[in-house]
Amino acid sequence: MWRSSTAERDGRVPGGEALLTVDGLRVEFATRQGVVRAVNGVSYRIDPGETLAVLGESGSGKSVTAHAIMGLLDTPTVRVPAGEIRFHGTDLLGLREDDRARIRGRRIAMVFQDALSALNPVFTVGAQIGEMFRVHEGLSRREAERRAVELMDRVRIPAAAQRMYDYPHQFSGGMRQRIMIAMAIALGPELLIADEPTTALDVTVQAQIMDLLAELRRESGMAMILITHDLGVVADSADRIVVMYGGRVVESAPVHEVYQAPAHPYTRGLLESIPRLARKGRALPAIEGTPPDPLAMPTGCSFHPRCSYRQDNCVTDAPPRYRIGPTRDSACHYWREVLDGSHG
Amino acid sequence: MSETTVERQGRGKHARRGRYSPGGPWRFGPPRAASLWSDAWQDLRRRPMFVGAAFVIAVFLVMAAFPWLFTSIDPHDAATCHLSEARQGVSDLHWFGTDNLGCDVYARSVYGARNSVVIGATTAALTALVGGLLGLFAGFAGGALDALLSRVTEIFFAIPSVLGALLILSVFRTGSVWTVVLALAVLAWPMTFRITRAAVITVKGQEYVLAARALGASSGRIMFRHIMPNALAPVIVVATINLGTFVAAEAGLSFVGVGLQSPDISWGLMISDARRRFLEAPEPLLFPALLLSLTVLAFVMLGDAVRDALDPKLR
Repeated sequence: MWRSSTAERDGRVPGGEALLTVDGLRVEFATRQGVVRAVNGVSYRIDPGETLAVLGESGSGKSVTAHAIMGLLDTPTVRVPAGEIRFHGTDLLGLREDDRARIRGRRIAMVFQDALSALNPVFTVGAQIGEMFRVHEGLSRREAERRAVELMDRVRIPAAAQRMYDYPHQFSGGMRQRIMIAMAIALGPELLIADEPTTALDVTVQAQIMDLLAELRRESGMAMILITHDLGVVADSADRIVVMYGGRVVESAPVHEVYQAPAHPYTRGLLESIPRLARKGRALPAIEGTPPDPLAMPTGCSFHPRCSYRQDNCVTDAPPRYRIGPTRDSACHYWREVLDGSHG
Repeated sequence: MSETTVERQGRGKHARRGRYSPGGPWRFGPPRAASLWSDAWQDLRRRPMFVGAAFVIAVFLVMAAFPWLFTSIDPHDAATCHLSEARQGVSDLHWFGTDNLGCDVYARSVYGARNSVVIGATTAALTALVGGLLGLFAGFAGGALDALLSRVTEIFFAIPSVLGALLILSVFRTGSVWTVVLALAVLAWPMTFRITRAAVITVKGQEYVLAARALGASSGRIMFRHIMPNALAPVIVVATINLGTFVAAEAGLSFVGVGLQSPDISWGLMISDARRRFLEAPEPLLFPALLLSLTVLAFVMLGDAVRDALDPKLR
């Protein structure tokens, strides 16, 4: 089962070329207490122009996977014992560092959660955006400044020509995130990884940033991996969803199918814990229990201690990713029951 | 009256950053760059300690560069000394009195500033450069290079600095400005190394460094453009404070006889020469010692003020 190719597992036609495939990726961190398997056999794919939402709680491995794609995992304590990350068919993990550096920023770019800490405090934002052009395209200072203002206009920063001389701390959170986005899209990447781009922002600004990302994506046709723990953010902006739990993908499906009927108990729990007007006055359901201890992952299905569908075999047998639809799979032995339960 | 109040608020501590200011739109005039450095400068200008220290240092710098502006006597010219006038007290003619050889202490003190300032500044610059660059590389690269350089600095830390300097200077028979600089710098760079390394390791873990990598910046660019400017503040502070201690160290080495040698003029030498007759004629010792203390104090105070100004939490 695990040997099959990603395309097969995702139920796609093998002919269509994926932009990026993550296949059987494992990432381990050596800690004083033991080895943490932060990512434990993750596979997903993203097609050109598609928006893939990667959903999961803290510690589910969603950000670590993103860092592995960017090639930012190089502390001595990290190991990638297995897996492939193919970008246009080339395995990124096998590339030399200078070849990877050529891809970063230019073809795959990343937006971070907290733009205040992701922008250099001692340079003006204009200089930081302009740096993208100066480093990668060798433009002159003046030319880079001109392009920086263009980009700031494009991400809707008012009075860009004046504000480019301001420092990151002089901007509001939403404006800072726009600057971060401007830097990420500066060189027209084919894939943008947005790691919780709206988590640090308040709700109205969140919506503006998501709209901006959607608009930029429509204009440029770039693909996007949207990493989030907020299902509310996903609904309008993503094409497909990958739900991660305990370093594994537990469900992968087109967005509307997940919202209609989740096929994994964890996804179901996430959906039920979104506040809805119809539920007004009643207690908000929450997933019971706590996220698993990464040093002592539960046997079998790692979600079983928190699962209301649990049977005996869940404790012993790790579920494979069952194909349950043309482009959909679920890593739950009892996905049928979960799916039925959603309807009822 | 209210105009004055507004004006005063406008120049007040919180006026540096428009967005925190309690006032109205009058402050949001032309866009003004506010970075760590310009904020620090705005802060420094208001510190009496900084202004005082900077003034004293400025006077000594001018004294070092153009001593003839301060005195018409050239103490290098032996004809200006008259043995018959040895150990005279303070007078209109000799503001600081005269020494054992009848030379004017004031003129010698003025001319002594140059060696002190040159030695202090060169040593401080050299240690900041060597210790800073090595610290930057070690902190950034980590691993074997860091381990190696850190062990090397620990060896240097184990050497008592006075004895170390004595040893180095005794290798060169004649003490000159450059051998003193060398002896002090060899022993002092490990401290700057450690401070830079620690600052670089802190900055390296910041998300903007990760973000810079994610957007394709090369290692060299990350090191010099993203990490170095953010790790520079403690190095500058230490270099400033060290400058004062190097001035004192030069005096100490010259005093014990391994630093500068006559006919060079330095405060340490003057103190050394005057010490035997101190009870009869205290002026030849007290005045250069006073200038020495004032210089050291000014640099230490400057360093303190700069440290406070660069640390936003202390504002």
